[in-house]
Amino acid sequence: MTMKTIQSIESPEAVQRQIVTAENLSAGYPDKIVWRDASFSFDRGELVAIIGPNGAGKTTLFRLLLGLQQPISGTIKIFNEPPKRGNSRIGYVPQRHVIDSETNIECMELVHLAFCGHLWGFHLSSKIDRKAAFDALTAVGAAELAHQPLCDLSGGELQRIFLAEALVSKPDILLLDEPLSSLDIRRAKELVQLVDSVVRSRNVTALLVAHDINPLLPYLDKVVYIANGKVAIGKPQDVLTSERLSALYDVHVEVIRDSRGNVAIIGIEDSVQADE
Amino acid sequence: MTMAFSANLLFDLEQMFQYQFMQHAFEAGTLVAIIAGIVGYFVVLRRSSFAAHSLSHIGFAGAAGAVLFGISPVFGLLLFTSVGGVGMTVLGPRASHRDVQIGTVLAFMLGLGVLFISLYSGYATEAYSILFGEILGISSTDVLVTAIAGVIILSIVAVVYRPLLFASLDEDVAEAKGLHMHALGIIFMLLVALATSIAVQVVGVLLIFSLMVTPAAIAQRLANQPWRALTISVIVSLTATWLGLFVAFYEPYPVSFFITSIVFILYLLARLVYPKIRPQKAHQTGFHRITQGGQRTFLETKIVVAQHVNNSPGNVRIGY
Repeated sequence: MTMKTIQSIESPEAVQRQIVTAENLSAGYPDKIVWRDASFSFDRGELVAIIGPNGAGKTTLFRLLLGLQQPISGTIKIFNEPPKRGNSRIGYVPQRHVIDSETNIECMELVHLAFCGHLWGFHLSSKIDRKAAFDALTAVGAAELAHQPLCDLSGGELQRIFLAEALVSKPDILLLDEPLSSLDIRRAKELVQLVDSVVRSRNVTALLVAHDINPLLPYLDKVVYIANGKVAIGKPQDVLTSERLSALYDVHVEVIRDSRGNVAIIGIEDSVQADE
Repeated sequence: MTMAFSANLLFDLEQMFQYQFMQHAFEAGTLVAIIAGIVGYFVVLRRSSFAAHSLSHIGFAGAAGAVLFGISPVFGLLLFTSVGGVGMTVLGPRASHRDVQIGTVLAFMLGLGVLFISLYSGYATEAYSILFGEILGISSTDVLVTAIAGVIILSIVAVVYRPLLFASLDEDVAEAKGLHMHALGIIFMLLVALATSIAVQVVGVLLIFSLMVTPAAIAQRLANQPWRALTISVIVSLTATWLGLFVAFYEPYPVSFFITSIVFILYLLARLVYPKIRPQKAHQTGFHRITQGGQRTFLETKIVVAQHVNNSPGNVRIGY
């Protein structure tokens, strides 16, 4: 109740804009807190990168938003409500590496099921369902893959299909867990461009977990850096500085930029190993 | 039994159906083939063929127990496969990493089967028919039980069709969409348990693969849309069952041998011959049907694209 009164003081536009808000949020498991005291908000139409070392709790943030995990303390809200399972306004692409080579199912069927697979009973040939699936495939430039079996696709094509699977229910926020991890630099850049165009054209928010921030940098509105149990959030040029990260992590961190604007963060991930 | 096979197929069938045991065999065989073909598709899709195999073996233990206590084997089958299936799901919640839990439950329940058999003195023929099926000895009550079980299975499949398909294809996204993987896993295992219990009459516990897994595996190679694959799976298992029964009427060898052989030959054809004769781009023409509403037809599009390529000097993005 107190949260509601606080928010009603804020301008209605700001509340409308905010898709995700978190205050003093700590996440993890009762016996092991992964990160603590994070406060942030993501607005409508923002492209946000979530970066940090393995096991730092990037996927944990997604599980909180999907309602698959509860916060240890603090609050997190999505669309102004606590997260709940089965929220159709969220499009989710989990971290995945391979599709089994025996899975001979056409792409359209997967996207189709993402649209209506949660419903009981069956509907032999719903034109609305199939059109929604086809539209989603068209939106990611994969219309010509509609009837290809999933097992025949390349890594880049698969990620486009997964994106279509997430988009088919017309979500307001996309959660993309390491979609770039199995792609080479060129395919990664193409996919980021695709995500960016989806974000701009549909005015959705996209949170994208990545290992390497560089393919994303030209498109980002915000970056979330998670490491050593702490979370840094802001515009990339504000967060990714030696001073800011050194102060947050209490170790000497160097953020190095090359002539093309590529960024390397040195010092944090080493110190994790030193701690353990 | 030796019957003369004549060139007149209609006469042959007429002669065959004069025997009530052949009528019952065809009735039960047809029901089992349909059910096994459908449930089998989900078994293959979920990569749960080890689970199906194990459930049938667990069913053997149950049937042996039922014989020992003097009740119909089918009830022992149903009880043991259901308990075993739920046990496997509870012990190993993720469908993809369940092998060890399945093996553990399987070994324990097979141990019970050994005990039951050792306690029962006249086991030889009973055990044989449970192991290899006894479709020619099916009573009208058995047919009725099979029909009831079939209606139950098909109704459940009709209700859970889309969620089960979605969960089988993409567990993580299905879970995020609010589907309960655990509940679906248990429903699926109960479906397999029920289907196995009735399929045992036809092919026995040892040969359950021939109706539950191989036809669906063939179908998955031939079709990439679930409805088509389900249809093919049912057609393959029906063909094998009918043909097997037909041949066995004239030959003195076991029906289940013929059924398994026919299925295996079809599988080999699907693996070795089909890839060579498959229409290469057939799936690409299919999607143009969807775009037809007010759009160009495939042929028109081709022409338009060709004109673009011919007329414009710069880069042309070829698309529909």
